[in-house]
Amino acid sequence: MSRRMFSRLLLCLSLLTGITAAQDGTVLRFCLRAEPKTFDPLKVDDDSSLTIRYLTGGVLVRANRQTQALEPELAESWKISKDARQITFKLRHGVRFSDDSPFSAEDVAYTVTRLMDPELHSSTGDAFRSGNGTVTTKILAPDQIAVAFSAPVVGLDRLFDQVAILSAHSAKKEATVLGPFMVAEYKPGANILLKRNPNYWKRDAQGRPLPYLDSIRLDIQPNRDVEVLRFRRGELDLINSIDTEYYDRLAASQPAVVHDAGASLDSEFLWFNQVANAPIPAYKRSWFRSASFRRAVSGAINRDDLSRVVFNGHAQPAFGPVSPANKFWFNSRLHSELYKPEAALQRLQGDGFRLQDGTLRDKDGNAVEFSIVTNAGNKYRERMAVLIQEDLSKIGIKMNVVTLDFPSLIERIAQKFNYEAAILGFQNVDLDPNGQMNIWLSSAENHAWNPQQQTPATAWEGEIDRLMREQASATDAKKRKAAFDRVQEIVVEQAPFIYLINKDALSAISPSVAGASPVILHPQTYWNAERLTIHSTTQASR
Amino acid sequence: MRSARTLACVILLVVCVLSLAANWIAPAGYAKQFREAPGAPPSTQHWLGTDEIGRDRFARVLYGTRISLLLAPAAALVSTLLAAALGGLAGYVGGIWLRLATGFTDLFLSLPWLFLLITIRALLPLNASPFVSVLITFLILGLLGWAASARVLATGAHTLRSSDFVLQARASGVRGFRLFAVHVLPNLKPILYAQFWISIPVFILSEANLGILGLGVAEPLPSWGGLLRELEGMISFRDEPWRLVPLILLIVVMTSFQTLLSNETEEVAA
Repeated sequence: MSRRMFSRLLLCLSLLTGITAAQDGTVLRFCLRAEPKTFDPLKVDDDSSLTIRYLTGGVLVRANRQTQALEPELAESWKISKDARQITFKLRHGVRFSDDSPFSAEDVAYTVTRLMDPELHSSTGDAFRSGNGTVTTKILAPDQIAVAFSAPVVGLDRLFDQVAILSAHSAKKEATVLGPFMVAEYKPGANILLKRNPNYWKRDAQGRPLPYLDSIRLDIQPNRDVEVLRFRRGELDLINSIDTEYYDRLAASQPAVVHDAGASLDSEFLWFNQVANAPIPAYKRSWFRSASFRRAVSGAINRDDLSRVVFNGHAQPAFGPVSPANKFWFNSRLHSELYKPEAALQRLQGDGFRLQDGTLRDKDGNAVEFSIVTNAGNKYRERMAVLIQEDLSKIGIKMNVVTLDFPSLIERIAQKFNYEAAILGFQNVDLDPNGQMNIWLSSAENHAWNPQQQTPATAWEGEIDRLMREQASATDAKKRKAAFDRVQEIVVEQAPFIYLINKDALSAISPSVAGASPVILHPQTYWNAERLTIHSTTQASR
Repeated sequence: MRSARTLACVILLVVCVLSLAANWIAPAGYAKQFREAPGAPPSTQHWLGTDEIGRDRFARVLYGTRISLLLAPAAALVSTLLAAALGGLAGYVGGIWLRLATGFTDLFLSLPWLFLLITIRALLPLNASPFVSVLITFLILGLLGWAASARVLATGAHTLRSSDFVLQARASGVRGFRLFAVHVLPNLKPILYAQFWISIPVFILSEANLGILGLGVAEPLPSWGGLLRELEGMISFRDEPWRLVPLILLIVVMTSFQTLLSNETEEVAA
């Protein structure tokens, strides 16, 4: 054997060893920010439990976090009836649970029945409740099942992305899973160890069983400073969502580890209190109810500066209620509000306001001054408020920034309505507008500027109600899109929420992790956990 | 000891003068946003760089020092007067009033003050200007901070009540408030002074605590608490040591106060 051939053989052997090591004994480590409240996948309501469910649960269909398209998982195919009341799944053959029991339509029937049990109080189940009747399941064959609802459910197939199938027969329901990993050990307050599910059905293009990782260790760490320090020391492999400041600091020392996936679905916005019986002066209420006033305020805010100064460029000026990151539902006809203080002032003058000695006054001579509340401790919101304070001072508006502890803030904005304006944000996890019904309907609790109205207070709110109901009852995706596009346009025209920015999805991933491709949808970094690997050299050095 | 006290006095004096002269030393002002240079390092234009939204840090340190150093003594004065009125009078009258006052003071001391401050602050009207909000913050501190001083003053007044010179005054026909004002109160002065001086750093730190929680002085006014919040999340001090200036200043001022106080309390004890 020549020397060259020997070195090639050695290289091949080392590569093979690397792959073996990747499959046997590789551990991915990252943090959960809080203790998971439940291991029951149907009762998940918090981020930590959501992570466990994502990594351990097997679902019938999965929304690909990169393309945002639905893909078959445990269901090979599915069909929704024309009236959107029934969905029929054709299940995959030869799939086994982690305890080696076979997967069948019986398990799906059991899961759906349990999910829809009102006693369970499942928020995942609530998403399927469109009518008062019960949900029925019919097993058509061992590999075929139909689920029927009493009323049409829009986006029905997408909702199954959140439903992890349980075993109908196993005694240990939560421990018996169909996902890539299973819970092996839980030390409360310390960590959760997920081990590879040996019966996981997926294989890679070369026919090798997935997942590549042997285990995932989730350390429970609420302190973000500590999380970043541990990441820097190499004790963690990724940080799923990271603040701008930490991102920049990591970028300065280790530019290869940080990832900015672009604008996320999360938005930051401000709104004015328009509640009829709110304890605020009548003249201020009339300002806040004027669309011209709201649009003028919106036009006087320099969103580019908010993005550049507050988020160091890791945020995008917002267009409206839907982030451009939501590929299907975003209305591409909308444009970001341009920073034009002169035009804003003209708009105000058209509404009877006048600038006098640097102070904006309404037609009755009242100086335009209002307070804006936000939650104490959120430095990004506080900084945005200070920038907006200066922006508005340029058109003569005096804005006082008030930071409140979160319970006091919620009491003021949701119960007593004792505030004038507020800055908060939405963390959107749902792409479908149906998830926003509790915001846009005038009768909804989260219709923040004027909640729980008996009848719509304005014509445009009535129009939004109509369009939201229309999109919720239409089964044709185009009709739904057209209705929700109009909702977005009305929201921009009337500016009940003045959208400021969409934060970027920032994450940090150690170079030792291979196969990572961060996206904007949750879970940003480990959405393809089954295909992640740890370089063998790194694993050996641990 | 005398030299340490002199040094502490000089430091406090210099800090006070610099903060009062902020308008001239730092003409950029504490609120102006240099948005093209957020988080900038020290330069000839910005001696301590700029904060995260581009405000001149040197100006903010000076104005923040002015606010803390002017309003903390004002709050200390309020709390000391309250303590003298409640604790001093109760101690002087004695009997059930002393027991009632002591019980009330103990109850007040047992309250979790930080949560009390947060709750009271949340109840205040929102539409206060930043300057009014800073006055309110320190006023609340003054109104809530009397209890510890009142306890000391009650004990002091009660001790004085049975002292020889008070007995002699009483025997001479001096009674009631005149006896308290002419004979007891002047002898409580050293304790009052000590309590006043002790309260100042306590209130400065209390405001700093509130500021760190984001509940202190309203933006854009600076305060030491707000400035210390900048250190939140700092991983390495070596990268931007100039950001430590507010912390160092707070430590220096507190140490100077403590140096003066230790001397004061020694005098009272003597």
